[in-house]
Amino acid sequence: MDTPEPRKSPRPGVNRRTVLKMTGAAGLAAAAGGLEGILAAGRAPAYAQGTELHWVRWNDFIPECDTLLKTQQVPEASKALGAKITLETIGFNDLQPRITAAIQSRAGADIFMLYYNWPQLYASALVDVSDLAEAVAKEQGGFYDVFKPSFQVGGKWLGMPHSIVGNTIAYRRSWFKEVGYEKFPDTWDEVRKAGAALKKKGKPWGQTLGHTFGDAPTWAYPVLWSFGGAETDRSGKKVAINSKGTMESVKWMQAFWKEACDEGGLAWDDSNNNRAFHAGEISASLNGASIYIVAKRQKDRIKDERGEPMVQDIDHAFFPFKGGAGQFPLYFSNGHGIMKYSKNPKLAKDLLRWLHKPENFEKWFQTAEGYSVAPTKSWEKHAMWDKIDPPLRMFRTAARNTRIFGYAGPSTAKSTEVYSKYVIVDMYAKAAQGMKAEDAVKWAEGELKKIYEG
Amino acid sequence: MEVALPRPRAAREPFLTRSLDNERLLAAILLAPAVLILAVFIAYPFVMGVWLSLSSTSVGNPGEFVGLKNFLKAWDDSIFRTAFGNTFFYTFWATVFKLSLGMWVALLLNRHFRGKRLVRAAMLLPFIIPTVLSTFAWRWMFDPTFSVLNWTLYKAGLIATKLPFLSDSTWAMWCAISINTWRGMPFFAITLLAGLQTINPDLHEAASLDGANAWRRFWHVTWPLLKPVTLVVVVFSVIQTFSDFQLIYVLTGGGPANSTHLVATYAYQIGVGAGLLGEGAAISLFMLPVLFFVVWMQLRYLRRLEGA
Repeated sequence: MDTPEPRKSPRPGVNRRTVLKMTGAAGLAAAAGGLEGILAAGRAPAYAQGTELHWVRWNDFIPECDTLLKTQQVPEASKALGAKITLETIGFNDLQPRITAAIQSRAGADIFMLYYNWPQLYASALVDVSDLAEAVAKEQGGFYDVFKPSFQVGGKWLGMPHSIVGNTIAYRRSWFKEVGYEKFPDTWDEVRKAGAALKKKGKPWGQTLGHTFGDAPTWAYPVLWSFGGAETDRSGKKVAINSKGTMESVKWMQAFWKEACDEGGLAWDDSNNNRAFHAGEISASLNGASIYIVAKRQKDRIKDERGEPMVQDIDHAFFPFKGGAGQFPLYFSNGHGIMKYSKNPKLAKDLLRWLHKPENFEKWFQTAEGYSVAPTKSWEKHAMWDKIDPPLRMFRTAARNTRIFGYAGPSTAKSTEVYSKYVIVDMYAKAAQGMKAEDAVKWAEGELKKIYEG
Repeated sequence: MEVALPRPRAAREPFLTRSLDNERLLAAILLAPAVLILAVFIAYPFVMGVWLSLSSTSVGNPGEFVGLKNFLKAWDDSIFRTAFGNTFFYTFWATVFKLSLGMWVALLLNRHFRGKRLVRAAMLLPFIIPTVLSTFAWRWMFDPTFSVLNWTLYKAGLIATKLPFLSDSTWAMWCAISINTWRGMPFFAITLLAGLQTINPDLHEAASLDGANAWRRFWHVTWPLLKPVTLVVVVFSVIQTFSDFQLIYVLTGGGPANSTHLVATYAYQIGVGAGLLGEGAAISLFMLPVLFFVVWMQLRYLRRLEGA
């Protein structure tokens, strides 16, 4: 009978038994934390047990930001913190189910990206990061005002503000000139007139009033606020939507939609306007800087009707417009939350601290090129703003006046319910579809009462 | 009086063999995996769902018992009522179209023609492709700006302006029904085809000899024999369509202005979007009595057919 030969070890002098011994020794050394043990094991230790960190963010509209994080900053942070950090990027719409499942099962990523006022929604599951937030705010000129009502709960910072995606009107300079506007019209009435003239020429305004997380609410809420409308009074307990301001805003939207807009916008998602703009189908749209930045980075592909790079004809204008009760935008403010179930809350906080160190944040900030701005005001003074293209410079101070939903009351989980149910967006959508303005406002009032006063 | 004689002592059987000889125990052991799977994946989520619907649970907060408050709140919610009505409308029409088209296709496929197998296999494609992917493809075809359908109709001179496939409330609902029909019809066709193949051709032959035309042969021979299969397919389809989520979520997100929201998509919006798990569970449980009634009615009818 043949006896099987012992399996050859891949390296001379190393067999399975040796490997087991070495691994055991390294593990023991790591557990003991002693340098002597590590040296005795003859190899560098793996990451100490429990030093893994799972971080989940959205798929950035500027893909280069994700590339920077994944290929440079995460490896750097892993090295600096002696931890294995994994960054996972997922679609925006997948974040809430992931967070919900993680909180309910008390297992999942250690850090989640949070939008708008989500700390209000997930307050009971988030770690207090006040020490970190206050230190960064103090060092970097203070947070923009929008973060306090949205990221602070009961005086504690339950989310670490990270950035704000500003919105402005991206428009075709030459097309507006064609209808007599050398400068972009800046009042509600003038915008309506210009939009109507452009639609007659087959170049409508493109806007969504669909069920989308970004462009529809950031269009609808500012229209409401800037005409003087509000969801509730200051207490947040009494619905105040049925007002003269709201009615005027709905009537404006109704007329603007019919006279100036591509009416297919009722079914658009957050990327439709980008595609329609780049295809030369629309003259203007409320959007982040991504329309401009993508046109710039793909100038060989995205061209205007003359065959020239479209980016040369794109400019930005401030939204909301003048002529109402003020100009109050809703930007996409966001940050990070550390989950209470995390086994490494300290490490998670260290990662956020590392991320917000000026020398580290600066790289990400510059890659975003104005699409996302910093959460703090001192970054308005950064040299980048003098170097980037003029159409992007208006994002420098754009975040100063942004509000969060729930106005004029506090931004609570109830205001998130209103946002999630698209009540404000649908009030305008119903009017745009032909419902009488009075009826649309009454419908919204009824829905808001059930939420705020019920 | 009989006296049992001592038998020659056999070798003692192992414990396991002896235990398995007990039929009750064996039955319990054989059923255990299935019961466990049902308990973990069906019963537990269902009981949890019922508990959640009766509580004020929100994300991260266990909540407390609130009785039927969530159900009453949902019923008082105009968006819920719209979604509830939409769900009936969507289910009814999608099922009607799936049944009639499925029956038609099954009758065609039951004939002999060249390439029959290839056609049968190809017909299953809409059913095989994941709903999310196929709905994305349809969304592109119905895209308000770049719709290939609009482009084709425009180039053919059939329309002067774009058709509002997804931007008009009525159009959007019918688009959703069409996609559901496209996706679900192969299931009907294949199952009905299987049913058709069990019908003895002699019956048709006999009917033909008696002078029955194609319609009368279908109505008096095929349909009565196909009814039990049809009812089972309809039950499955109603359950799936009534609780549809993916198609609407991808196609319209419930818009424009809630006109395509279904109970499942609205429950998700409330449960996950707003974090109100109790209310979301209550909304989704509104589907239960409706589906229960449909299933009960149809199974009852089926049993009567079988008994006849």
